[in-house]
Amino acid sequence: MNTVLDINGLEVAYGKVEALRGLDLTVGEREIVALLGNNGAGKSTTVSAVSGVVRSRAGSVKAFGEDITAATPWSIVERGIVHVPEGRRIFSRLTVHENLQLGGYTVRDGASVDRRIEQVYDLFPRMAERRAQQGGTLSGGEQQMLAIGRAMVAGPRLIMLDEPSMGLAPLVVAQVMDAIVSINRAGTSVLLIEQNARAALKIAHRGYVIDSGRVTVAGPAAGLRADPQVVEAYLGA
Amino acid sequence: MDHFIQLVFSGLFVGSFYALVALGYSMVYGIIKLLNFAHGDLYMVGAFAGFTVLSVGAGALGGGLLALIAIMLVAMAATGGLGVLLERVAYRPLRGAPRLSVLITAVGASFALEYGIAVAFGPNPEVYQMGVSGGTLNVLGARLTYAQLAMTAIAVVLMIALDTLVRRTRTGRAMRAISQDPKACLLMGVNVDRVISRTFFLGSALAGAAGVMAGVYYGKIDFLMGFVIGLKAFTAAVIGGIGNLRGAVLGAVVLGLLESFSVAYIGSEWRDVFAFGFLILFLTVRPTGLLGERVTERV
Repeated sequence: MNTVLDINGLEVAYGKVEALRGLDLTVGEREIVALLGNNGAGKSTTVSAVSGVVRSRAGSVKAFGEDITAATPWSIVERGIVHVPEGRRIFSRLTVHENLQLGGYTVRDGASVDRRIEQVYDLFPRMAERRAQQGGTLSGGEQQMLAIGRAMVAGPRLIMLDEPSMGLAPLVVAQVMDAIVSINRAGTSVLLIEQNARAALKIAHRGYVIDSGRVTVAGPAAGLRADPQVVEAYLGA
Repeated sequence: MDHFIQLVFSGLFVGSFYALVALGYSMVYGIIKLLNFAHGDLYMVGAFAGFTVLSVGAGALGGGLLALIAIMLVAMAATGGLGVLLERVAYRPLRGAPRLSVLITAVGASFALEYGIAVAFGPNPEVYQMGVSGGTLNVLGARLTYAQLAMTAIAVVLMIALDTLVRRTRTGRAMRAISQDPKACLLMGVNVDRVISRTFFLGSALAGAAGVMAGVYYGKIDFLMGFVIGLKAFTAAVIGGIGNLRGAVLGAVVLGLLESFSVAYIGSEWRDVFAFGFLILFLTVRPTGLLGERVTERV
């Protein structure tokens, strides 16, 4: 299996606070990898360092075999790695359609942007109904779908989702997870950050548990679901 | 009645070049939340760039409408480039700094431009010798020069072009998105620095065009002419709702008409009193302006 993302000994500090202290993680082609951990463990920092919005102090990030540790955020998107941030961050005063168009900003070919937007409308019919509405008028679940759809318009080979289930009702969480599975089946690798470990491990192939900026447990999802340490800390007894 | 219509036309004319300056002010504020106090000085530099072209190429250009357009284009390119440079050297390094530091830098940039031009061209006013005032036209009893009509038409074309760019193009979409959430734009692969540069280019070029219009209309330019215009453009932007481009145009037209009537009925010495009185009125009573966006964001 080819490696899509390879993080090696990554260290990130915010001033004196060390957020990552030598983190190692890989994502393979067509894989869903769950990244679990408590608040402040360094999950968001990890994906932000990959997408280039946070700079690392040491270590390396490789994507598709090339070093991207010092690459600009826009060149990382051009390489096919898209980060869907925590809290969705959709553009609330742009329409749903404009949000999607902006997702295809790096794509030179307008026809393929239009084609992918149609695919997003197929995946999330609610978005098609609301294409002319301002993004800010959508419900939380719809905003999450818009954020995922917007990322898909860039045509990513790896999509990194930061807490997509946050603040959503259980039924909506299930819909979001289904959407992630179908995106993955269509060939996109997924790095999924979740506090909702149960939902994440249900769809993931592999998982990592991190604590204080280091990986503490790693392995196949089935193994993590059975690991007493993980069960106790993240899944509840 | 004729007099009334004359006042309306002169208000609209002045309003149209206030609008060109106010648009740049509002665009820059919208995208990086900076009150660019040097913006009025870019208008002044535009006037001087036009003046230079006029002096150098006076014989070759003649005095027609084409000459006016050529001079405007040169002035727009010059001020647009200068705006990009200003952002690059003065504002970009301070992107993460407190707003006050950037504001003070903008005041410094304003002085640098003013006194830079004073050194280059001398402190005395220069006469704009642009002979486009070929004829006059009677519209509903009011007298208009062809030059005024042509310049207003050019200003309207520029405004429509800008509006279309911001609403319909990829760059325009990115500008609107950056004004809401620059960090999310990075994650969409938007080269935020480049889009901000383009915004400065466009806003500054419009100010340059307005500078040439002012030179031709008033017939005289000097290195401090941008100061008051900068404040007027700010007023127009606030009246319309700062950050809102159509609002900036509306605010500028309102301000132009207000000035035109207050000069005629109360006295020209009261013109600025009215303009800035209106600014204070809006800041206290309706700080979001006429078309200001109501901020309703869902979490």
